[in-house]
Amino acid sequence: MSLSRAFRGRGGPTNRRLPPGQYDTGRSWPVLTAEVTPRIDLASWTFTVEGLVERPTTWTWDEMHDLPSATYSGSVHCVTSWSKFDLTFTGVAVETLLNAASPLASASHVLVFCHTAYTTNLPLADVTAGRALVTWEVDGAPLPREHGGPARLVVPHLYFWKSAKWVAGLRVLAHDEPGFWEVRGYHNYGDPWREQRYQGD
Amino acid sequence: MNMPRLGRWQWATIVHIRLETPQVKTFRLSLAEPSPHLAGQHFLVRLTASDGSRAQRSYSIASPPSDGTEIELTVERLPDGEVSAYLHDELAIGDTIEVRGPIGGWFIWDGSTPALLVGGGSGIVPLMAMLRLARRTSEALAHLVVSVRTPDDLIYADKVCGPDTTVIYSHRAPDGARPAGRLKVADLTPLVRADATTYICGSTRFAEAASDLLVDAGVAAETIRIERFGPTG
Repeated sequence: MSLSRAFRGRGGPTNRRLPPGQYDTGRSWPVLTAEVTPRIDLASWTFTVEGLVERPTTWTWDEMHDLPSATYSGSVHCVTSWSKFDLTFTGVAVETLLNAASPLASASHVLVFCHTAYTTNLPLADVTAGRALVTWEVDGAPLPREHGGPARLVVPHLYFWKSAKWVAGLRVLAHDEPGFWEVRGYHNYGDPWREQRYQGD
Repeated sequence: MNMPRLGRWQWATIVHIRLETPQVKTFRLSLAEPSPHLAGQHFLVRLTASDGSRAQRSYSIASPPSDGTEIELTVERLPDGEVSAYLHDELAIGDTIEVRGPIGGWFIWDGSTPALLVGGGSGIVPLMAMLRLARRTSEALAHLVVSVRTPDDLIYADKVCGPDTTVIYSHRAPDGARPAGRLKVADLTPLVRADATTYICGSTRFAEAASDLLVDAGVAAETIRIERFGPTG
């Protein structure tokens, strides 16, 4: 038996915009937390790009806001099965930050680190060419603390655990270094369209 | 800690159903492929409709670690719950559902070191697996604090009594209990141990409030682990 007796899903005809196994969370935006939500003071907030770069660079909150603005409007997909559509994030493209620091030719990956103990890893190709933002504003308002404020990473083409909350910087590496959830059983890459939720998927 | 292997999707048979509160049921499942778990982990449940559309959700394991042939999942029926309503309203003993697990590499406890467990409402579920593990020894390594609105909302009421548990009723308390009122720092201070890991599970609002209280009570933020999935708010 491969069907659940008497189950009537809400999906109906496949919603093309939903990756497999996801549901539309509508107007709510679930908060998933593994750690205590930090209180970060803007006056001491910084973002750093370090590691295999020509110019390790640190920006203050004001300096970050002086950089060219970038926006992402679209959907995000959480590994716990909810997807949220029509969010608009505003901030700075990760590419802008990387270009300022100038990764060396040997660079292949980044490890994202945060103002908490959280980390996550990404190939360089997944945070360039407009695929990732550092963002502090969502739908025209400051990013709420529980959603990663003052600033978070947004990498919308991958499961949302890659969009690290309370982001503090990127370490540029010539190897892949699995982050917090990746060493705890989650998939190393996390493509929602290939349903790469857990290791081995 | 060695992580149990995450299995593939498999069929589980309902062997027992227990009504914990009017909106909460515990399902005991017999697993086709035994899947031992750690206290704090959860399983995915997947339903497939006749048109092929699917829905999947995570439910915490309420039973303590075992040989993995049977697990207990406790499910709160949400008013608008696509999966929880089906599980509550349709499933009978003998029915089968698709499950996958165990999952979870952070919110886990192996029973060997002190733990403070703080749950709000249905957040008690993974903490109950931990408490049941702790009760296998006489070392009293875990203490559970659970906050519920009224006695009717207390899941596992028959298990949540004893020197290793504290029940906080926020809206209506039974006679003789601590008077109704929200969880406070004073409720937690006597339970804080410097060598403990704290596990908080509940709604986002509860987790935020509880972590603030715990930090105020002297718990180091980096020793606090939080688990939260389910409805927002």
